[in-house]
Amino acid sequence: MLARDLLLSVRHGADTLAAVLFFLLAGSLFPLALGPSPELLRRMAAGIVWVCALLAALLPLDRLFGADLEDGALDQLMLAGLPPAALALAKMAAHWLTTGLPLLLAAAPLGLMLGLPGTAVPVLLGSLLLGTLALSLIGGMAAAIVLGARRGGVLLPLLALPLATPALIFGAAAVDAAGGGLDWRPDLLLLGAFAAAALPLCPLAAGAGLRAAVE
Amino acid sequence: MTATAAALALIVRATGLVVLRGDRLVLDGIDLALAPGAALLLTGRNGAGKSTLLRTLAGLCPLAAGTVTWDGVDVRDEPSRHALRIAYLGHQDALKPGLTLAENLRLAVRLGGGDLPAALAAHGLEGLAGLPVRLLSAGQRRRAALARVLLTGAPLWLLDEPSLGLDAAAQGRLGVVLATHRAAGGMVVASTHVGLPLPDAARLALGKQGQDAALDPLGPRAPNPDS
Repeated sequence: MLARDLLLSVRHGADTLAAVLFFLLAGSLFPLALGPSPELLRRMAAGIVWVCALLAALLPLDRLFGADLEDGALDQLMLAGLPPAALALAKMAAHWLTTGLPLLLAAAPLGLMLGLPGTAVPVLLGSLLLGTLALSLIGGMAAAIVLGARRGGVLLPLLALPLATPALIFGAAAVDAAGGGLDWRPDLLLLGAFAAAALPLCPLAAGAGLRAAVE
Repeated sequence: MTATAAALALIVRATGLVVLRGDRLVLDGIDLALAPGAALLLTGRNGAGKSTLLRTLAGLCPLAAGTVTWDGVDVRDEPSRHALRIAYLGHQDALKPGLTLAENLRLAVRLGGGDLPAALAAHGLEGLAGLPVRLLSAGQRRRAALARVLLTGAPLWLLDEPSLGLDAAAQGRLGVVLATHRAAGGMVVASTHVGLPLPDAARLALGKQGQDAALDPLGPRAPNPDS
């Protein structure tokens, strides 16, 4: 199941590439808009990287289940003998591997470009590792819930973004603390707790959404 | 006594199925029963509920009332087991255009343990396994979806307009595949507008007029062909 999705995304590599390029481009727009003040950019670097990662991760969510619903593949997957929640979890894992992981790789150069201190980069990657996991879980849940709804693509960010704000707050705060020489561990632990809570809850909710979608 | 024996041979039994789609009553009090080797053709006008009945038997549509049992056990009590006992073919072929035919059917091979070359050959698709599905014609895609049904190795086939887009030769092959499946004790429920190569299949007419004539294979109106 997971292998099938990964194979699909290899064949449709443009989706992953689009998300990563969006991430890099959106991040590069900030220096252009704010002016080339290194001090200002360094202050904002963590927030910019985090917000851009959040938005870039939303891009492919629309198609996560939508493509399968349209061509009837979702029916077949629902009849594969797996609980819907397990199916949803596999899809979320595929989303993370094809979107979260590439974003993680692109985050380090973007952070350095914005003048993030070198010491804060490991914390940035650590926080984004947990953060992209949480985003895949929350985004997958939102995608399953809006599945089959008209204008679901518009509804999706409205549903996913408010739920993702705790991850954004703790993640950006951890990187900020590390950049300022403060203790970043509490924020990262809170972010980890948030991801750990999303891990069992989101697939269950998404499974219910999938069941409703194929009815 | 004979009636009891016949009832014991039945595997799938649906009683008093009522299905609502939104506010609309689509199926109202449908009864059906299937013994090994049985075939049931669903007929009725567009919107009569043929597809809904197939999806309901697959466990995809929720029941407002009634039960579907398999060997006497309500299928809702064991959804994962039931999913592996059925092969569902919907309107759409559920094939990814970017993947090759073999890659598309890999999940079904993994689940059902079927023989991919044999299944492809049964539908005349040998030699196309390595081709991306986007290069296949509509009829070839339909045959690929039928090959997936064969690969699942499931005893109950639920086919929604299986012959859509098939040429005469492909229909002939479908007839052979269906006959082989039934000879091995498999069951088929299929909806159709154009007739299917299913000799001596029982018929169930859906829709406002047809519902009273709901099929009972034990009754005199539609004798079970294999009993």
